[in-house]
Amino acid sequence: MSATKPRTLSDSSPRTLFDKIWDAHVVETLPDGTAVLYIDKHLTHEVTSPQAFEGLRLAGRKVRRPDATLAVVDHNIATDASRYGTIEDPESRTQVETLEANVKAFGVPYIPLTDKRQGIVHVIGPELGLSLPGMTIVCGDSHTSTHGALGALAFGIGTSEVEHVLATQTLLQKPAKNMRVTVDGKLPAGCTAKDIVLAIIGKIGTAGGTGHVIEFAGEAIRALDMAGRMTVCNMSIEAGARAGMVAPDQTTFDYVKGRPFAPKGEAYDRAVAWWKTLPSDEGAVFDKEVRLDAAEIIPQMTWGTSPEDVLPVTGVVPNPAEIADEARRAQVQRMVEYMGLTPGQKLTDLKVDVVFVGSCTNSRIEDIRVVADIAKGRKVAPHVRALVVPGSGLVKEAAEAEGLDKVLLEAGFEWREAGCSMCLGMNPDKLKPGQRSASTSNRNFEGRQGPGGRTHLVSPAMAAAAAIAGHFVDVRDFAKQEGV
Amino acid sequence: MKAFTTLTGIAAPMPMANVDTDKIIPGRFLKTIQRTGLGKHLFANMRYEDDGAEKPDFVLNQEPYRKAEILVAYENFGCGSSREHAPWALLDFGIRCVIAPDFADIFHNNSFKNGVLPVKLPREICEQLMEDARLGPNSRITVDLERQVVVRPNGEEIPFTIDPFRRHLLLNGLDDIGQTMQHAPSIDGFEAKQRAAQPWLYDAAL
Ligand code: SF4
Repeated sequence: MSATKPRTLSDSSPRTLFDKIWDAHVVETLPDGTAVLYIDKHLTHEVTSPQAFEGLRLAGRKVRRPDATLAVVDHNIATDASRYGTIEDPESRTQVETLEANVKAFGVPYIPLTDKRQGIVHVIGPELGLSLPGMTIVCGDSHTSTHGALGALAFGIGTSEVEHVLATQTLLQKPAKNMRVTVDGKLPAGCTAKDIVLAIIGKIGTAGGTGHVIEFAGEAIRALDMAGRMTVCNMSIEAGARAGMVAPDQTTFDYVKGRPFAPKGEAYDRAVAWWKTLPSDEGAVFDKEVRLDAAEIIPQMTWGTSPEDVLPVTGVVPNPAEIADEARRAQVQRMVEYMGLTPGQKLTDLKVDVVFVGSCTNSRIEDIRVVADIAKGRKVAPHVRALVVPGSGLVKEAAEAEGLDKVLLEAGFEWREAGCSMCLGMNPDKLKPGQRSASTSNRNFEGRQGPGGRTHLVSPAMAAAAAIAGHFVDVRDFAKQEGV
Repeated sequence: MKAFTTLTGIAAPMPMANVDTDKIIPGRFLKTIQRTGLGKHLFANMRYEDDGAEKPDFVLNQEPYRKAEILVAYENFGCGSSREHAPWALLDFGIRCVIAPDFADIFHNNSFKNGVLPVKLPREICEQLMEDARLGPNSRITVDLERQVVVRPNGEEIPFTIDPFRRHLLLNGLDDIGQTMQHAPSIDGFEAKQRAAQPWLYDAAL
């Protein structure tokens, strides 16, 4: 929906998934077109909430709907046993303690570190059935887009907006524009949801979705399980979009059914009946359309320091000298230097020091199964440190019930406790300066995984294969050679 | 929030596209529980050596840019993480306006809410302003929100557009929570209707 025309529920013109959820949550439209938008679920964590609670306290305000709010710790915490002691870093400790004091003072439900349901906020929302189709979901974290996989409108907000939602359960928003990314065809063996989304970002760029909410559609998206859809929606933000979504279908309904906080019995049936009305209408207009053929996707890896600087693993490091545009040439030059690369070098010749499997992009049980499959009966290369960090305590428990922890430990992977871990340089899991990682996370910015760290974003399968080989490999060849 | 009306100050050139929020304020500085005091960490990785010494070639380490109040940059400024620490760090350093061809959405939103004005101008104009910003002591640019113009050091006026509601809040230094609370009756009404239609949204508390 473009920002010009405020819609009403009686408007019978075809609407997109985004339009429908938007329309169902407009409390009021202000004269300039800004909507007071109702928020169904508000997730918070220790990093972006302290100043919001501080603001409420200063203004003498309450949390309007504690029952629609949930707090969890994930960013700052260690992912080894040390986390159950005192947090060493005094500032991290202060943030966690501040959150604990705030949830108490404001009566907000909280999942503490000692609860097995603790985990990365974007993993636990869907897992616990807190995130549902048709909802508006926000969190002071850009990767809130993950929850869009359920067919929800889910987006990241800043701390002032966190405060706004706590106080009013609404946000002041202008509608985004609609964009549809259709991925036709079937994904080849060895390729995953991560490769789809990296290929999309490579195609449209990190600003390709700015101002838009992306609906991911097409045969290849429909064929993904919920974990895969979450991986794709998770990285919508790396494509510049405000949010990403996938229309709810039977895969979604089956996923939601029986989750602890999902509606049950008759309420579930009523909910499904509503959710079935959400997919975009035939003839709904998108402001922007992009198409991709899944069959052409090759396992992807980023080489530079922006997610759009991605290539098929069969590629070579770009040569800045061959780039005509001056600004781009300078940028590529800087990235090549920072990443310690040689123009023309084959990507598969790059050695890795660290392999990180985790983050809200790829830390679900499905991801861990893929890694364990590749690790089974093999060994992590001697010079590589490889970590597998489940996205939540429940993922960890499920993996252990399947014996995946043993497979991974035997192969030489570290098996950690749930948290954001090495996705960002904020807790003890960090790259050292100059170290090169194969990471299943979502950002390869300079210093993202620790100052001076060099991040290559890949799928869990590619990360596992790199851990074993000690350098990047095309997981398709790897599978053939090694008989996976 | 401090009102923003007119600002005349030193503009610092940052001729880069995709200045992400990790660059503006690296993750390791997000551990604060306050909004202030982040100015010293602004652009930390570009600004300081590992031992904390200033990098002399970084623009904000040079005179007169140590006192810059405006930043001129290229496309997609503020992309990446949603951290509001990015505008807090800019503001705490003293930068109240960023001029660029476009901005990432969340950063754009966050800036307004903290009294930092993002001004969108076409690339060619940003290139001219970049040249102006390179003039050292003569790099003073005026950003007049009331009249919606940027005034170059040579006196040339460049109009810019801005959302009228945002402009109103900024000009008056208004807090949006107070504004929204005036709509409390409609919010109550919305909740009553939603609760009847979708009761499961109201009985799933942890
Ligand atoms: S895993 Fe990474 S991207 Fe996801 S919420 Fe944590 S820090 Fe953010």
